Amino acid sequence: MIGVIDYGAGNLGNVARALNYLNCRTRIIGEPDVLSGIAGLVLPGVGSFASGVEGLKQRELFRPVKNYIFSGRPFLGICLGMQLLFQESRENTGLRGLGAFPGRCEKFSPGESGKVPHMGWNNLRVENKNSLLQQEDKLYLYFVHSYYLPVNPKIVLASTVYGGQRFMSAVNRERVWGLQPHPEKSGSRGLKILRNFVEVVNGDSNSSNRS
Amino acid sequence: MLTKRLIPCLDVKDGRVVKGQQFVNLKDQGDPVEMARAYNQAGADELVFLDITATREKREIMREMVLKVAECLFIPFTVGGGIAGIEDFRSLISAGADKISINSAAVRTPGLISRAAERFGSQAVVVAIDGRRRNSGGWKVLISGGTEETGLELVDWAQEAQERGAGELLLTSMDRDGSRDGYDLEMLKAVNQAVSIPVIASGGAGSPEHLYQAFAEGKADAALAASIWHQDIYSIKECKNYLAERGIPVRPVGEESGEEKEEKEEETLEEKNDGRE
Repeated sequence: MIGVIDYGAGNLGNVARALNYLNCRTRIIGEPDVLSGIAGLVLPGVGSFASGVEGLKQRELFRPVKNYIFSGRPFLGICLGMQLLFQESRENTGLRGLGAFPGRCEKFSPGESGKVPHMGWNNLRVENKNSLLQQEDKLYLYFVHSYYLPVNPKIVLASTVYGGQRFMSAVNRERVWGLQPHPEKSGSRGLKILRNFVEVVNGDSNSSNRS
Repeated sequence: MLTKRLIPCLDVKDGRVVKGQQFVNLKDQGDPVEMARAYNQAGADELVFLDITATREKREIMREMVLKVAECLFIPFTVGGGIAGIEDFRSLISAGADKISINSAAVRTPGLISRAAERFGSQAVVVAIDGRRRNSGGWKVLISGGTEETGLELVDWAQEAQERGAGELLLTSMDRDGSRDGYDLEMLKAVNQAVSIPVIASGGAGSPEHLYQAFAEGKADAALAASIWHQDIYSIKECKNYLAERGIPVRPVGEESGEEKEEKEEETLEEKNDGRE
């Protein structure tokens, strides 16, 4: 059973629908009580950094989610959900994120080289092969975001370039993953990444395949 | 780098696709789910479903269609046509639509753009603008399927839509729509110079060259078309190959040969990244 966190922002249904399509059972997590028995957790997202942090706090999910992340169980943040895993964002300075990863989200500057938001299909350069992301040529996924994470070699899994800026499109440390693009909206390539996450979670549940 | 998007537009009436490509392998040509899957496999980057159902009583059918499509289509899709208020946004987004396109309602109630953007995020709000060239220069904005004058100047309205929170503009030339003579490149350029959000070109596509012009000259971020693909004059793959040969970045076709397919064997550990971007 994978939990999909609902903190009141945007359309969280599509991530659950994609997991269900992969024959994975899901539970919508809108309050801390329903977290028990969850083998893996997904934090989807659209909206602002502040709406994410405040949405989690209003539902008394901020601390439990943070505890979950630091407990070493599989966790996947998508788009804003990835940005919330970091310490802070230029979008709402002074507000602390979940802090699983060090760093601050920066804003793309619109100009000759690109519009903001960065919206559409862009390719990922896999920097570090991982259970979620294999080395692939022509890996194009769908992005929609205005803020980005500068590359940090310690946690980067994949990077992408937009408007002359290379940023982290996938990150990982231990059992925590973040994806800036939307795997639930990226066709078969995106579904494959979600399936890999499901397999990480199932591997845990069967207490095997831990490598 | 960010690729240019090709977006087929499907007309939907009473929950059935009435204008879309006749894919040879489809059992039920009007089924939105089958059509959506076929376009996904053909290499479409996104889809637009335009509801041409005349009566509001049948709106619930559109929601049911969106629910079914969202269960098995995992690329972005927009729903438009007859959107009247925030409740339509809520209903269709909760059913699985990624973006909602508004046209007449945005002109009649501009506050709807900002309300929808605040509630669902700008990325979910597409403002569709139908423009017609003025003899005296510039373009005027029409609504109600091109039948009603608004008194609005197109470039001004495009800017206002952005300021109010639109995440994207779907720009249709009424002069070119259905003509297959190519997009109105001047209109595209004029709007693109005035706004900083993505612009989808629409109206007039008849050949891959027209798509190329929309991107290279019109500076469009995406190109929407109907008949060029529906009538199988050109495939999406042919169009993408044409664009790629001329230096327009596109997402390669052929990656979508089916989600159920077994994965390829693992590549070797030593395989080095070639630094491609």
